[in-house]
Amino acid sequence: MRVPSPPPGARPTAAQALSVGVATGAYGISFGALAVAAGLTPLQALALSALMFTGGSQFALVGVVGAGGTGVAAAATAALLGVRNGLYGLQVAPLLRVSGLRRLLAAHLTIDESTAVGTAQPTPALQRLGFWLTGTSVLVLWCLATAAGTVLGDALGDPGRFGLDAAAAAAFLGLLWPRLREGRAAAVAAVAAVVATAAVPVLSPGLPVLAAVLAVPLVLLLRRPRPGGGAEAVGGAA
Amino acid sequence: MSGWALVLGAAAACYALKLAGHLAPARWLERPGTARAAALVTVALLAALTATQALADGRAVVLDARVPALVVAALALALRAPFLLVVVLAAAVAAGLRAGGWS
Repeated sequence: MRVPSPPPGARPTAAQALSVGVATGAYGISFGALAVAAGLTPLQALALSALMFTGGSQFALVGVVGAGGTGVAAAATAALLGVRNGLYGLQVAPLLRVSGLRRLLAAHLTIDESTAVGTAQPTPALQRLGFWLTGTSVLVLWCLATAAGTVLGDALGDPGRFGLDAAAAAAFLGLLWPRLREGRAAAVAAVAAVVATAAVPVLSPGLPVLAAVLAVPLVLLLRRPRPGGGAEAVGGAA
Repeated sequence: MSGWALVLGAAAACYALKLAGHLAPARWLERPGTARAAALVTVALLAALTATQALADGRAVVLDARVPALVVAALALALRAPFLLVVVLAAAVAAGLRAGGWS
């Protein structure tokens, strides 16, 4: 097998990819622990990390299951959170220019982190290196950490006593935090949190989260982008 | 829906969404409204998951040890603490309060 020589400037890209892999992979520990606390078997938790491989959707699925929601509500929430990966695919496909089996693998590795590192590189060769190396290192470490987390979750037993329910809330907040910078995102988050909480006594578990998606059209209709707010001002509410 | 049907079905749906992006014509990205709305759906879902995970107990809304734990998590995030530390801090605050007898 021929090993291609690394492109010029590969070292900083590789370092960035691997450090993102380690940092992201590590919180697979919290996913594994929360998944078994919610009632999944360790093998099911590991299957989610290996096959679903998109953190937000995985945390959402075990969150809805843990709250007593139906499988349909859990799957719908996970899928809706996975929509953004389709948009990442649109962004990275022209950079990667792969087909066949490699395209199927590239799709699997298309997540927040691989897209962020890949698209941030200065040259096409480094963009490809950044995407593949980040995606692969996150996948490997995410699965290893999930396995470790399931052992930890089993050992902890009662999820409430060790604050695992609070840890799950903090995990969602941690995933939300970096997305709040843009003006309307904070408004959508606030409205969504209020809608979901208000719906808790009315709807069965899992559905309040789906109902909160109504916050998006609500905010887009009420808060038009300010003039001079950038290119996205055109058609933002369309 | 059995546990495995849920795990495999939801994983297949998430993979199909990733693959759809790789197979779709790139000009779809040129419509900024689509990308913006999808990004905001992600924000709405994560905010709703945070709120219900912190406040819901079945069909009741309760204020218990999860709330101060979430406040500590928010402070840690504002101070740019790494994800894993934020999660562990929240668990420690809730566990500590409960061990001290505060529901």
